[in-house]
Amino acid sequence: MGNLLFALRPLEFFLVQYRRVWRGTIVTSVANPIFFLLALGVGLGVFVDRSADLAGDVSYLSFVAPGLLAGAAMQIATFESSWPTLAAIKWSRQYHAMLASPLRVGDILLGHQAFIALRLLMTTTIYLLVITVFGAVESPLAVLTVPVGVLVGLAFSAPMAAWAAHTETDASFVTIFRFVILPMFLFSGIFFPVTQLPRVFELVAYATPLWNGVALSRQLSLGEAWHWSAAYHLGFLLVWTAVALVLAYASYRRRLVV
Amino acid sequence: MNAAEGGEVIHARGLVKRFGDTVAVDGIDFDIARGEAFGFLGPNGAGKTSTMRMIGCVSPVSGGTLRVFGLDPARDGAAIRARLGVVPQLDTLDLDLTVRENIVIYGRYFGLPRRELRARADELLEFVQLSERADDKVEPLSGGMKRRLTIARSLVNDPEALLLDEPTTGLDPQARHVVWDRLYRLKQSGVTLVLTTHYMDEAEQLCDRLVVMDKGRIAAAGSPAELIARYSTREVVELRFADGRPDDLTPWTDGLVERVEPLPDRVLLYTDDGDAAAHGLHERGLVPDSVLVRRSTLEDVFLHLTGRTLVD
Repeated sequence: MGNLLFALRPLEFFLVQYRRVWRGTIVTSVANPIFFLLALGVGLGVFVDRSADLAGDVSYLSFVAPGLLAGAAMQIATFESSWPTLAAIKWSRQYHAMLASPLRVGDILLGHQAFIALRLLMTTTIYLLVITVFGAVESPLAVLTVPVGVLVGLAFSAPMAAWAAHTETDASFVTIFRFVILPMFLFSGIFFPVTQLPRVFELVAYATPLWNGVALSRQLSLGEAWHWSAAYHLGFLLVWTAVALVLAYASYRRRLVV
Repeated sequence: MNAAEGGEVIHARGLVKRFGDTVAVDGIDFDIARGEAFGFLGPNGAGKTSTMRMIGCVSPVSGGTLRVFGLDPARDGAAIRARLGVVPQLDTLDLDLTVRENIVIYGRYFGLPRRELRARADELLEFVQLSERADDKVEPLSGGMKRRLTIARSLVNDPEALLLDEPTTGLDPQARHVVWDRLYRLKQSGVTLVLTTHYMDEAEQLCDRLVVMDKGRIAAAGSPAELIARYSTREVVELRFADGRPDDLTPWTDGLVERVEPLPDRVLLYTDDGDAAAHGLHERGLVPDSVLVRRSTLEDVFLHLTGRTLVD
């Protein structure tokens, strides 16, 4: 598909571009988890802990925090491969600049996704630090929520890149955020177990990468990841992302090699 | 230009580009020799850009043979691109990066070391007279400056051949002359130039040899002077009439000029001696509102070959 060494070159472009906005993204990356944890973990959590009986003996804060990390990864990754991908094709046309050099389509796709992975690595690391400060981490395995968060993000950025390379305008992006990403954020087990959902929606939730990512993050953070299902979630995310990358590659080729 | 002298840089036989049912390039043959400046002249939609994109190995060939540096774009696209410089029709500069950063990052796509690129960028910016703007963002630059930056950037890998797709379209006359001057210097330094244009003056200024393209085919090939000699007369008399003109000019022009080309806004009379013809018309009593005698250009060649003007 692409050469990893060559993919470093487009990656470098996106890093140079990122230098202009990194300060703002750091502030967001720190403020975002603080707001969510204060409102949900501390605020809402007090009520939940009083009235509900969550599996095991964990606080709502510890329950919700690793899920929020996975949800944040999804949102950042989806954004990073929507407008920026279409811009590199249509507006700034930077992909075309890259294609005039020895770089190939696969190198460009891998380089852009590698940049998104680094963005995710930074964000999920900050998220984990904030969660830890809030005392919402129950196990040292929680450190693995960082790479899992990266993987969850890629499970969304790859299909979004496939779509962005296919679509002619950015009109659909807002719709996707409103009707795919937001419902997924709300109903994939971050805030409450999906068993609370009507059966049909529960089954749908199981088929999403976010539910798998949330479940895996939670198992790691609570120190329950020895369960066989952790391997299943990981496998699901890996296969999903690999398939999405192949689709994105096909979509890039159709759009860029004409 | 002798192809055997320095070797063929680009060789095409029966080259075809199709998009679905549309045929953009319909079986064209050409050879471009090392060190020459070769042009594709034609109106929009003639197939020039499609041809350039195939040479640039970013668009797969639909049929026929294409060789660049003796290599096959289908197999050795990356190796060919490493030796080419490309100035695309639409700029692909990053507007938020600085002028220098744009060159450096582009050089990185070619795998050139960062330290080398800093010095290289300074050299290139000097060449296109943009040194003072090196640390400014690209966004506020004028169209001509952006074009010069794109040219500087395309030279970052020290290319053996430079592909320029409509290098001065959209620029004001002064900016165009600056670009032409730089391209002329590149040609002097031995870089092979391949360019498309729909400006006949650009083709005359820059090209040693050119092909006239129309509807995906090559209508004629040769040097600008050859083409003018073959397809036009030495001079042209342009007549304009303010309030309508006679439907038939034959009584006035018969025997006086070689050919008459009526256009919507003017009438062109082809002759080797424009002044004599203008004088003759006057004697026969034809009084247009304006009479202009000029030398034939490639525009006239194109008009003669296709019955249409280049820029509409």
